[in-house]
Amino acid sequence: MAGYILKNSIRMFLLIIAVSIAAFLLMTYSPIDPLQTNVGQTALGIMSQEQIEKLETYWGSTLPPLTRYIQWAKDFFSGDMGISLLYRQPVSDIISQRLSNSIWILSAAWILSGVFGIILGMLAGIKEGTLLDHIIKSTAILFSSTPIFWFALLMLMLFSVWLKWFPIGLSVPIGVTAENVTITDRIYHGILPSFVLSIAAMPNIILHTREKMITVLESDYVLFAKAMGKSNQQIFIQHGMRNVLLPAITLQCASISEIFGGSILAEQVFSYPGLGQMAVTAGLGGDMPLLMAIVVITACFVCAGNLLADVLHHIIDPRMRFGKGNKI
Amino acid sequence: MKKRMLYIVLFLILIMIIGYFCNEGAVDTDFAHKNIGPSFYYPFGTDWMGRNLFFRTLRGLSISLFIGIIASSISAFIALFIGMTAVFGGKKADAIVTWMIDFMMGLPHLLLLIVLSMAVGRELKGVILSIALTHWTSFARLIRSELFQLKEKNYIKIAEKLGKGKVYIFQKHMLVHLLPQFIVGWVLLFPHAILHESSMTFLGFGLSSEQPAIGILLSESMQYLVTGRWWPAVFPGLFLVIIVLLLYCLGKDLQKYISQK
Amino acid sequence: MILDMKQITISVNNTILVEDFFLQIASGELVALVGASGSGKSILAHSIMGIAPKNVVCQGEIRYQGEPLTKEKKRDVLGKEIVLVPQNISYLDPLMKVGRQVAKGKKDKISMEKVTKLFQKYNMHSSVMQRYPHMLSGGMARRVFIASALMEQPRLVIADEPTPGLHKEMAQMVVSHFREMAQMGAGVLMITHDLELAMDCADKIIVLYGGKIMEQTNAKSFQSENTLYHPYTKALWKAMPQNGFHTTSVTHPSKTGCPFLKGCTKSKKECMKNIIPYFQKENSIIRCIDAGGKEICF
Repeated sequence: MAGYILKNSIRMFLLIIAVSIAAFLLMTYSPIDPLQTNVGQTALGIMSQEQIEKLETYWGSTLPPLTRYIQWAKDFFSGDMGISLLYRQPVSDIISQRLSNSIWILSAAWILSGVFGIILGMLAGIKEGTLLDHIIKSTAILFSSTPIFWFALLMLMLFSVWLKWFPIGLSVPIGVTAENVTITDRIYHGILPSFVLSIAAMPNIILHTREKMITVLESDYVLFAKAMGKSNQQIFIQHGMRNVLLPAITLQCASISEIFGGSILAEQVFSYPGLGQMAVTAGLGGDMPLLMAIVVITACFVCAGNLLADVLHHIIDPRMRFGKGNKI
Repeated sequence: MKKRMLYIVLFLILIMIIGYFCNEGAVDTDFAHKNIGPSFYYPFGTDWMGRNLFFRTLRGLSISLFIGIIASSISAFIALFIGMTAVFGGKKADAIVTWMIDFMMGLPHLLLLIVLSMAVGRELKGVILSIALTHWTSFARLIRSELFQLKEKNYIKIAEKLGKGKVYIFQKHMLVHLLPQFIVGWVLLFPHAILHESSMTFLGFGLSSEQPAIGILLSESMQYLVTGRWWPAVFPGLFLVIIVLLLYCLGKDLQKYISQK
Repeated sequence: MILDMKQITISVNNTILVEDFFLQIASGELVALVGASGSGKSILAHSIMGIAPKNVVCQGEIRYQGEPLTKEKKRDVLGKEIVLVPQNISYLDPLMKVGRQVAKGKKDKISMEKVTKLFQKYNMHSSVMQRYPHMLSGGMARRVFIASALMEQPRLVIADEPTPGLHKEMAQMVVSHFREMAQMGAGVLMITHDLELAMDCADKIIVLYGGKIMEQTNAKSFQSENTLYHPYTKALWKAMPQNGFHTTSVTHPSKTGCPFLKGCTKSKKECMKNIIPYFQKENSIIRCIDAGGKEICF
């Protein structure tokens, strides 16, 4: 077991390194020169000579790209993520602040979409072919075909412009410094983004859980349970739920990537100052140091989710826990 | 069902053609008629420069469909190539392909698109390339497992024993089963490609603001939300959803149709 | 009579699978239902218990101990008086320990003790209770199923293909357990495609072909060709290794008229009619106009 986790952790670590190399190379070959963009030049003014030199070695010099990557990686993983060209602040400061803004709308969306997605999917699967099933299924398909940002726009229009229940943008009221933001403010501003994100992440889990529930209910072991005289309720609790929850939880762990992706759009629409909005700003402004940091942090979360999915599956499923070897 | 598929295809082609001819109507400004709500002459209303949003939406949809076709086609062939490499290229090739798929999935799709667009640039070419280069993963995985299953089938093993060449077996026995699957997968890539194109454009990594793409229309509409002008946001988005849903239905119908055969 | 079925017709999506079927099982009797795989035997078994999928329609009369087997009645007797012995491991929940499944999901002491006893009876170590289904061998799984059937006092045991994949000795042992259940007073219906096995253990054998009963006869009748009356049963007899392996060329039953229409040497015009009555001759019931005997009606 420990060996399995270790093996997979190493694999994930290598994957993160590979992602960072690829992202670095892509940015190196970008026609946008971070040192030449306007914002970059104003930023250069406040940087120390040493910082500018570093920036030049990473992004501007004629050294082979891989050598430059190694220099960047050395600094990055020792904690020096560089200075953001747009914000003229250390990247690590910006990331930690933005991540703390984002993390709770991400986790709220992750938990909400997981809980309600699994419940609705199970319900639709149990009631297969009924009106309820049709409603759940078609709504899920409708939402999976809806661009998140458009849905976010509609919600913004409905709740913020017409009903005026929620603010139109920014996670902090204007005129209040970041330190003075109360927890209620933060929750208040985060409700709509996390709602939109969880709705956007739900169709996938609903449709998968529904399919799985149907297969389980048509399985031989449920048939045998019926032959044993078990009631539908007993069958659901003893067999249905367990067999559906296992793949659903695994899927939900692997869906972290989707939620991070969706947060880019949702945060942009609600002008919520999180990691996702930062990615857009950094990308548009050619702020390489910042974008690289976002890429690596996001890759870490995604890989951790996948790792968790693998490990959980390994722990819960007896077919994985006890191999097929010892038959009698 | 066959009829429904035909109607969907005809409708989409119609949108593309009409959209193509809407270009002039889509960029014409008329400051005498700006910010008009939906009416008989302007079914979807006009924007702040008096441009007809009905034409702009149609034009945007046709751009989306155009990008979708090209990007998903390239992506589908990349997936086919990579899936086949995994199956016929030996164990090492398979390991590399599996790793590559994991690697591509190590980042959220949209972030990957943002990073990629930095290298390949924006505008039409950049959008098509970024989408084409990122959408093959799950489809390649599907083709790979499909081909592996086919390879294990008895009749193929017998054909191998009979000394038939790899190419012969592939053409004669495997292609027949793979082709329908390939077409379905291809069609189902479509809605994804279109959704991601509009997302990228909306964020500013896609088409430029002179183009009346759906993403541009929607991102412009954001500035007028506060004033209560809802039509620039509602109509283009609604029609994008309809197009995506139709493509999804087409793919699912095709899948059902093929499995029945 | 423990089970009395008459004029049973089973259809799936308007395709008829089993037509005009009858079956009587008395206490202490072991009846074997023999037929090629895919002839609708399993669906028949599931239909008796009312657990077949929704698209399966079963018409006709089913009486259990003299009373109609209604939905309410089934709720009372299923798993207690009427038990199923399924085919293979896929009938066990892969995520639940075997012991708990035999105990029907219960965890109380009395149930667990009973399971332990039954496992001992069938020669299984108590550690098997803690195993998951995928860790069982085929023979072990069969014994687990038999143990689960005996958790209560069954009156009717329905065994659906209990032997495939087992070597001969193991198969015979499994079958001997069914014999034991019959001796305890239960009626046993064993569904199988293995005619030899049926001959060894059953009292009565029903031969099914193309969804129709061809012949019902005592197991002893299979000792000689002369005591079999239906051309199809005779053909089956001839195909057995000890009787010379004569196989008939026809494999697919014909859809209209007598299913054996194409394979039979004596077939005539009347055999193409859709309704062929049953005839009684000595202890056998035969569905062949050529067999002689008295026409009977259910």
